[in-house]
Amino acid sequence: MIATLHSRPAPGTLGLTRALAPRLRVVSGQQHVTQSGKGSDPDWAQMMVLVRDSSDRTAFAALFGHFAPRIKGFLINSGTDATNAEECAQDVMATVWQKAAQFDPTRASVATWIFTIARNRRIDMIRRQRRPEPEDLPWGPEPEPDQADVLSLQQESVQLTAALAALPEKQRCLIEQAYFGDLTQAEISQITGLPLGTIKSRIRLALDRLRHAMKGQL
Amino acid sequence: MTIKHHLDDATLMAYAAGSLPEAFNLIIAAHVSLCDACRAGLHSFEAVGGALLDEIATAPMDDDSLARTLAKLERLPKETTPSFRPRGVLPDPVQDYVGGDLDAVRWRPVGMGVKQAILPTSREASARLLYIPAGVAMPDHSHGGMELTLVLQGAFMDEDDRFGRGDIETADASVTHTPTAAPGQDCICLAVTDAPLRFQGWLPRLVQKFVRI
Repeated sequence: MIATLHSRPAPGTLGLTRALAPRLRVVSGQQHVTQSGKGSDPDWAQMMVLVRDSSDRTAFAALFGHFAPRIKGFLINSGTDATNAEECAQDVMATVWQKAAQFDPTRASVATWIFTIARNRRIDMIRRQRRPEPEDLPWGPEPEPDQADVLSLQQESVQLTAALAALPEKQRCLIEQAYFGDLTQAEISQITGLPLGTIKSRIRLALDRLRHAMKGQL
Repeated sequence: MTIKHHLDDATLMAYAAGSLPEAFNLIIAAHVSLCDACRAGLHSFEAVGGALLDEIATAPMDDDSLARTLAKLERLPKETTPSFRPRGVLPDPVQDYVGGDLDAVRWRPVGMGVKQAILPTSREASARLLYIPAGVAMPDHSHGGMELTLVLQGAFMDEDDRFGRGDIETADASVTHTPTAAPGQDCICLAVTDAPLRFQGWLPRLVQKFVRI
């Protein structure tokens, strides 16, 4: 049934189609996935699964310690004052608990999943709008996901982080403004005084670099 | 049927980043519901957001923050995974605005058998469902801003191309076109624009004034 999903690279992807494709790959028994860079980080996906499956409050506290200050930083970057950002970061973490059943470590990293929750909370707060979301795929998280899929998604996340850090300053700044500033490209143009065409081409260059950096993973 | 017309990178990224008006979020969510390729693209752009969040400058939380959050959890039942509706003509995110599938749409006639239903979104941009009888041309119009059109039933053709279910057309101020519903089946589209449509010729302009098309 799964084979109907994605078997070709999609237009508009960075090469991260693994988020959807893991179930298609044949993983050989002796494949090794090395933890590069952030080897000392706790396994957030494992913690999230503990929250999901066992309502584990110790795991939740660890996630809170890592992610809540990041969510708060994200909201402050988007123009929220510190008091509201504190309250909202708590709400986002409470939603992480509440919606834990939707977390699937083969589809998204914990950081990505929490980013989407924080983003929706920001839209709700700043724009007072609901956020229409796509239909979910007609199956939920698998109870026993393939560990190789989970690990390769984690490794891909590490690689993406490195690729973002390696972007030229001007390009990385624009990507950050697009995600954290709640700004459209036209608004970034007004604020920075850069012509819209320059912004568009810099973002395009940045995405090309990210795709190139992620290519080795497919 | 294969989807040929997709969302571009800039639009998918803006949706992932959350910087678009509600009406655009709606049409993008509707297209992604029907299009696996753009769903994968969206996941990639959300992964960029996740990677950025992991590296962002942190802001320290209050001392009692965790305790207060744990107290909030007591009042929040954990959700179970949602059940799935059978798929209709309208994708789920559109059904949420209509209050059901096609039979729940409250159409208003706008002439030549064309009907529309405006969906309640924020005012920065507008979303409407359009019903165009098979073979009927939309009035010739050009665009004042950005317009996205997603086909949900039937197909339409313009000078260059054919758009079937799931295909999304992106047009900006430079585009003037005359879409025509393909023969055979009446065409239903979701159209979103950040500017009122401007019709060419005095009669449609008069109509525009009264029917908000």
